[in-house]
Amino acid sequence: MSEILEKVQSIIADKLSVNPAEVTPEKSFSDDLGADSLDTAELVLDFENAFGIKMPQEEMENIITVGDAINAIEKLVAEK
Amino acid sequence: MELQRVVITGMGAITPIGNNVDEYWAALLKGTLGVGPITHFDPEKFATRFACEVKNLNVTDFIPHKTLLRMDPCAQFAMVSTMEAIADSGLDLEKVNKERIGVIFGSGIGGFTSMMDSAIAFVDSDRTPRFSPYLLIKVLGDVISGHISLKYGFRGPNYITSAACASAANAIGDAMHLIQLGKADIIVTGGTEASINETAIGGFNAMHALSTRNDDYLHASRPFDRDRDGFVMGEGAATLILERLDHALARGAKIYGELGGVGMTADTFHITAPAPDGISASTSMRLAMQDANIKPEEVDYINMHGTSTPQGDLSECVAIQHTFGEHASKLLLNSTKSMTGHLLGAGPAIETVAILKSIQHNIVHPTVNLMHLDERISPEWNFCANGPVQRPINVVLSNSFGFGGHNVSLLYKRYTA
Repeated sequence: MSEILEKVQSIIADKLSVNPAEVTPEKSFSDDLGADSLDTAELVLDFENAFGIKMPQEEMENIITVGDAINAIEKLVAEK
Repeated sequence: MELQRVVITGMGAITPIGNNVDEYWAALLKGTLGVGPITHFDPEKFATRFACEVKNLNVTDFIPHKTLLRMDPCAQFAMVSTMEAIADSGLDLEKVNKERIGVIFGSGIGGFTSMMDSAIAFVDSDRTPRFSPYLLIKVLGDVISGHISLKYGFRGPNYITSAACASAANAIGDAMHLIQLGKADIIVTGGTEASINETAIGGFNAMHALSTRNDDYLHASRPFDRDRDGFVMGEGAATLILERLDHALARGAKIYGELGGVGMTADTFHITAPAPDGISASTSMRLAMQDANIKPEEVDYINMHGTSTPQGDLSECVAIQHTFGEHASKLLLNSTKSMTGHLLGAGPAIETVAILKSIQHNIVHPTVNLMHLDERISPEWNFCANGPVQRPINVVLSNSFGFGGHNVSLLYKRYTA
């Protein structure tokens, strides 16, 4: 699933203006990457568009770290 | 209570003929045309296929990528012109009391293009609501002033004014009043507009407001010319730093001029057409002069609204005749829009920049494309049709009129102690 990881890294790096190398699974969107609630909501939209998935509201609320996002995306992609 | 005097100590501009004040002023004196084929969308099916777009502006040179994603182009233009104006003002941002600095911009439509694009994307989708959390902060006009306060930490009055094509004039007038009353030391003001999109061009076409001279678009914006057939849409922004006189003097600021008065009236004639008798427009000019304690004979130059619409130009001339009588033929008159097109709510701001440069250099820019004066307008009047005119410029009126029947006149004068 490194393809998903790379795509997620590049989306996050672009949206938050951070170095892609900094975007590692343990990083928190708000504490480590400087995202506010609007940024995280926008990122979910970008993930949905990039992977052709729809992320349920309860799923979104559990996303704190980059790893959480990747896990959620992998699950939804597998269910497609 | 004694009103404080208000001066202008900084300027910035993003226009279809120049992306800073110096470029813009030089282009105005040369008679540069800002018009070209529309590139922001495919205009093939539209009655008007040309406009005055901003050119070669790389906003990423000025605004961080992450911030840009949250800004409609109208807010981006305002931010870039404000960065120029703040630098030009020489304000020491470390020393200044930011609680006493406000931001009041004018915009006719705000984030119109962001609204339209988002609605199109929704309608084209399966209509599951998936809107960007950035959408409304791009659409709402007030964030134009919000972004600027956020960047600089200016904690004074913060809002926008909206009065169609007079929007920035209202913003500048409000800024003057707040400083006069002692409610702020400095107001960052001006106007911005970025509405060259399908909906605006289509909507204005439906009103027959735009020129459709596609085969000869270079001559489409031709205010006061007998063959004019509507305005040409423009986009851009300008920022003015308005400051309390003694505050400006205390910090040794350069002073471009003084804003002496504002007049505001409503036409009550028609929702779009200007009143043919020009009475309310005339009252607006008279009130601005009264406010500044200036007699009509003292006015040297009027930067006219002059959009190149058949009725608008004529009504404004009737209003000037009514206001100035014989003195009208001694005035210098021009239309900045003959070169820049009509920047809607931002027009009064870029025109203020032109006025202050005229006061600084005692030279008035030409009205281009005026080949055959409308025979209903006096041939004695001087529209600077043959090129820039050099003459002492001490007192200037700026006229702006908006759909809805809004009339605003601003009176600028040379600063003298």
